[in-house]
Amino acid sequence: MNFDYSEEQIFLKDQVRTFLETECTSSVTRSVLEDKHTPYDEALWRSVSEMGWMGVAVPESYGGLGLDHVYLCAIAEELGRVIAPIPFSSTVYILAEALMLTGTEDQKRRILPRLVSGEIVGCLATSEGRGYTSINSLSVRAEGGFVTGEKIPVVDGGIATHAIVSVRSEKGPSLYLVDLSADGVKREELDSIDPTRNLAKVIFNRVPGEALGEEGKGEELLAGVQNRAAVLFSFEQIGGSERCLDIAKDYAMNRYAFGQIVSKYQAIKHKFADMYVKKEIARSNAYYGAWALSTNADVLPEAAASARIAGCLSYEFSAQENLQIHGGMGFTWETDCHLHLRRARQLGLVLGGLPIWRERLVRALEERGVVQKGENNGLSR
Amino acid sequence: MDFRDNAQEAEFRKNTRDWLAVHGSIFTELKLAKYDREKELEIAKRWQAAKAEAGYACIAWPVEWGGRGGTAMEQTIFSEEEEKLGVRFQYFSIGLGMCLPTVIAFSDKETKSRLVPPAVRGDTIWCQLFSEPAAGSDVAGIRTRAIETEDGSWLLSGQKVWTSYAHQSDYGIVLARTNPDVPKHKGLTMFWLDMKSPGIEVRPIHMASGESDFNEVFFTDVRVKDSQRLGEVNQGWKTALLTLDNERLSFGGAEGPDWEELMSLAATLPSGMGGGSVLKEGGFRDKLADFYVLSEGLKYTRLRSLTTLSRGQTPGPENSVGKLISATQMQRVANEALERLDQYGILADEDFLSDVGAFQRNFYWGAAMRIAGGTDEILRNIIAERVLGLPREHRLDAEVAFKDLPKGI
Repeated sequence: MNFDYSEEQIFLKDQVRTFLETECTSSVTRSVLEDKHTPYDEALWRSVSEMGWMGVAVPESYGGLGLDHVYLCAIAEELGRVIAPIPFSSTVYILAEALMLTGTEDQKRRILPRLVSGEIVGCLATSEGRGYTSINSLSVRAEGGFVTGEKIPVVDGGIATHAIVSVRSEKGPSLYLVDLSADGVKREELDSIDPTRNLAKVIFNRVPGEALGEEGKGEELLAGVQNRAAVLFSFEQIGGSERCLDIAKDYAMNRYAFGQIVSKYQAIKHKFADMYVKKEIARSNAYYGAWALSTNADVLPEAAASARIAGCLSYEFSAQENLQIHGGMGFTWETDCHLHLRRARQLGLVLGGLPIWRERLVRALEERGVVQKGENNGLSR
Repeated sequence: MDFRDNAQEAEFRKNTRDWLAVHGSIFTELKLAKYDREKELEIAKRWQAAKAEAGYACIAWPVEWGGRGGTAMEQTIFSEEEEKLGVRFQYFSIGLGMCLPTVIAFSDKETKSRLVPPAVRGDTIWCQLFSEPAAGSDVAGIRTRAIETEDGSWLLSGQKVWTSYAHQSDYGIVLARTNPDVPKHKGLTMFWLDMKSPGIEVRPIHMASGESDFNEVFFTDVRVKDSQRLGEVNQGWKTALLTLDNERLSFGGAEGPDWEELMSLAATLPSGMGGGSVLKEGGFRDKLADFYVLSEGLKYTRLRSLTTLSRGQTPGPENSVGKLISATQMQRVANEALERLDQYGILADEDFLSDVGAFQRNFYWGAAMRIAGGTDEILRNIIAERVLGLPREHRLDAEVAFKDLPKGI
């Protein structure tokens, strides 16, 4: 039993935190937020790739460090804490993970080393407009290896070099890998609820693509990619939750009202306790997810779903309560409250919202046969 | 990041399973004797004795006091396997979980060797006499007095309440006021008691659930020897804090049916929303998912605490999270089950309860558990103040002599 980060992982996490505290202050995040022409922080992206973070969980044979996924979880937690304005998640949690999970040897050799060096930026293009996009009713088509159609919105779609696109091919729902520098790709930048991350509409007009994994198996493949990403995103959500708690505490420990610091009021303290509880539950579920991810356990679907649900619930709650504890100040541009409120909402939707993940969790439990197992229900007293 | 057994733990688990396979038949007997409280106590005592004999009682305690000298991890493994048999006896949990750790920490060797081993064997049952009608969550606000006599012994007078199992207990630990002229925390002293001493009267409380596990306990000039004192005179609060921390630790785990049983039940219940079972209803599935996330999250939170223990560090007040969530979760899961049983959920007739009796029980017990060991509000304060380091609220009684404090109900 060792259900925590190891000493080495804590060492890495501390190093990552120290670096980000100076190199990714909220003014860095704000410069991306406030300048429409800056879709991400290039200097930070370069530093991060030089330090090898992109390749932490990528095997050495593809230019990575070949470490346990838990190291990547530790980095994700710190990136979430500082609301990093870089396309790390799209590139590492999604593109790199998808390639490692489903890619051919050739695809891995072509993409992963350049991804590790920061040259390749990924994105996941699955949404086709309002409401949930089912992979069984896609309008984007792949015919004879050419992709046609429109995806909206796509996180990092404006800056990515490569996209994973859900398509309907001759063989059914499939995932395609598309080089976005090809002719026929058109992108339109879109405003986002969280402008610290790029958002775009991506239009494919007979763009060459290659199948990622077996064609016709798009549903399972996408679920596999999303499960892996969900675990990693949940660590970003924990980092963000923890930061909200810290910011709220700094404020509540210094703000006076009715003759005392507001952190002395029970109503405020109970908000803190609830933030803490949600964060700890998220952390525990995320650790289970990290274990399932790093060991490729067959419980990954439910572990990922519970990490995702707990992560979403925690960060959303913490971001909102942080703003509430700040009072009117919390709703101003000057405080960082809105940065977390934006990022929490963005992270809560980027892989699909809570209703979808709750359904996925229950379905995973049904498939595991929980109902049959619980046949002696009610007997204990 | 791995919660699976290492080789040593796996071996311990295997030995435990083998032992339980041989000795666990006692639980079949218990299920046959359903709802017979006397029979249950007798079986519980036999079970505890068997565990002690085999070295499975108080696994993490020193051998000297009847334990095994094992690890917290081994204790957890044993409990996990034992729980699979479907029953968790409560009779010894207060003694072994709260009272005796305090006795071990604060009494002399002679007292320990007299009191601890019989409790480990299940020969004696202990109760914890802290709560009072006027104190409740304000544990230090107690009025029960202990007055020192000329021969150095003490005379105890007053009333305790909400004392679990006092009617079945042989011993208890009691917190009493020994100096009313100083602020409340500074005038308390703790003692252990023989519950058969003259002057003690135990009156079972008829509870909301219809059962009577709690009691009122009245003391009229109960003579207590000074050798029964736990800790220094007037330093009883320090002693009590150890007991209270252990209490929150031991209340961490929820009991009875959880999401898994709810899910199985839902699969058998017709939905009123147009065919199919309740389990197929979107609204139900959403709730089930959230129940799963909390319960499993809580389980993994306990495993994180165990990791802390196994690294030689002590888990602190963050364990309050478990107690805070699990009690509410008990209520919510039970209520959801009753809700989905629809009108049948009103039924409490024993002849019909074979499949839903445990939910019925948690419908009541969830309410009790949200109060026992600290109310939700007290636990949130503990998390905010002791875990997150927010300032304590103004205590209007901090500098006032206890005798001068205003008294209400």
